[in-house]
Amino acid sequence: MISSGGSVPATQATEAAFAAADSPAAILIEKLSLWYGDFQALFDVDLRVRAGAITSLIGPSGCGKTTLLRSVNRINERLGYVRTTGSIRLWGLNVLDSTVELAQLRKQVGMVFQRPNPLPLSVRDNVLFGTRVHRPNERQPTRGESDRIVEKALREVLLWDELKDSLDRRGTELSLEQQQKLCIARLLPVKPKLLLMDEPCSALDPAGTEAVEELIWKLRGDYTILIVTHNMAQARRASEECVFMLLGEMIEHSDTASMFLNPANRKTADYIEGRYG
Amino acid sequence: MFEATERNRRNRKVEGLFRLLFLWMTCMLILPVALILGVLIVRGGPAISWEFLFTRPIDNMTAGGILPALVGTVWLVVVALIASVPVGVAAALYLSEYAPDNRLTRAINLAIINLAGVPSIVHALFGLGAFVIFFRFGTSILAASLTLAIMTLPVVIVATRESLQTVPLAFREACWNMGATRWQTIRKVVLPNSVSGILTGVILEVSRTAGETAPIMFTGAAVFMPFLPQGVLDQTMAMSLHLFVISTQVPDVPEHMPFGVALVLISLVLAMNGLSIAFRVYLRGRKKW
Repeated sequence: MISSGGSVPATQATEAAFAAADSPAAILIEKLSLWYGDFQALFDVDLRVRAGAITSLIGPSGCGKTTLLRSVNRINERLGYVRTTGSIRLWGLNVLDSTVELAQLRKQVGMVFQRPNPLPLSVRDNVLFGTRVHRPNERQPTRGESDRIVEKALREVLLWDELKDSLDRRGTELSLEQQQKLCIARLLPVKPKLLLMDEPCSALDPAGTEAVEELIWKLRGDYTILIVTHNMAQARRASEECVFMLLGEMIEHSDTASMFLNPANRKTADYIEGRYG
Repeated sequence: MFEATERNRRNRKVEGLFRLLFLWMTCMLILPVALILGVLIVRGGPAISWEFLFTRPIDNMTAGGILPALVGTVWLVVVALIASVPVGVAAALYLSEYAPDNRLTRAINLAIINLAGVPSIVHALFGLGAFVIFFRFGTSILAASLTLAIMTLPVVIVATRESLQTVPLAFREACWNMGATRWQTIRKVVLPNSVSGILTGVILEVSRTAGETAPIMFTGAAVFMPFLPQGVLDQTMAMSLHLFVISTQVPDVPEHMPFGVALVLISLVLAMNGLSIAFRVYLRGRKKW
């Protein structure tokens, strides 16, 4: 069923299929274009990300997948010379509106990076960091409350049994796999709705990759997860829906199984088969 | 097949020559420091006693101790620190954590580095004009310390900025991406991990401030005071000026006295530097990422 048509009809077809599905959209991106100075990195991207699912963004280097990811919590803007048009709606609200409080946006949208970046604080303080940043000044949690928050978050990321006796160790002294899990754990206490992951396993060894992938798989349903990966096998293993991007355009979006079995677009098929990339 | 050729032998000889040359230069560097210390200890050592440290100079400064100068130097250094550290650290925080990386910021950074190169006598004249005359502090500890503070401000700023920048950007990004403000990031992550460097800078500043003569000559240091300073608007004696005066301006000073003063001054400075090194080693041992 490799389509002989151009990319646009194929994209629209899959879009229509998803629009028909009655699952609510967590992210609805419309006509998103983005420029770094004079360089246009995204071209009219339309994307609908299903709530509670794991959606992976794949494509060769420079295709704009990381740019797209970083637009959702607006950390691209820190570069200063970024210009964006179009809209990114999270649960109906456009995050590109000037009225959006960035601190709130970043609380609701957690981000995990390629290189694990736990803070140089204890495991405990790493997990509590977000709640400390966001809680109102007059409400100091009791020791017991903090303990419960830490335990719950570490249990969610499957670290509790390993680390329950070493909560005072520095986050930066853990193994890379534990560090990356800790980086996920520290997002959870402020109850984000969406987790963005930028190649979360690429610094890890195969065992670590497997463990973190398992964790991501376990988190689906509770969180909407958008994950960028270079690793097609990973996209195939660890995501439910898959988005293929090329040169700043969204080429194809479908459920992962059908993208890898029956890509609708020639370019997708060629990429998946490894003809370029 | 593996024998040395003529070329190999020559290379080896040249190599040895340069090695010796650089070693010799390093020794030349250590020699003056060792000599200064040696001479001071041998010739000034006999002057040091409890009486020397804790009594006032008498007989037109040809006898007695150095207490007013010692106390005065402490006053000058402490007041200068109180004035310069908060301003310097705040400026460094702004430049490192808030300022956008543009031409203006770079110009400011350049200006700060150049400010560190302004001769101290120029600072002295500025202090005289600004603090003594314009702000009407008179010749006082306050005017002298503010002059010293302005002189050492660039050192504080540069040292602080450098130690702030040893904190990896990834930590800041981790904080920002959780919605932390710049200030929350600074307070919880950046400052705790750079405080050792900042304190080292401050201690080095102390040792420099303690030894300066020119900036305090016109602004607050007196040649001779029969009493200890009671507050920041008093004049005071200071170690560095006292050394200058008894070495050059006062007749019939016993030879061991200026050496004794110099020994006390340099011991203070070395003790400060030693403290800063020990402190840095201690904090570095605890810091891991």
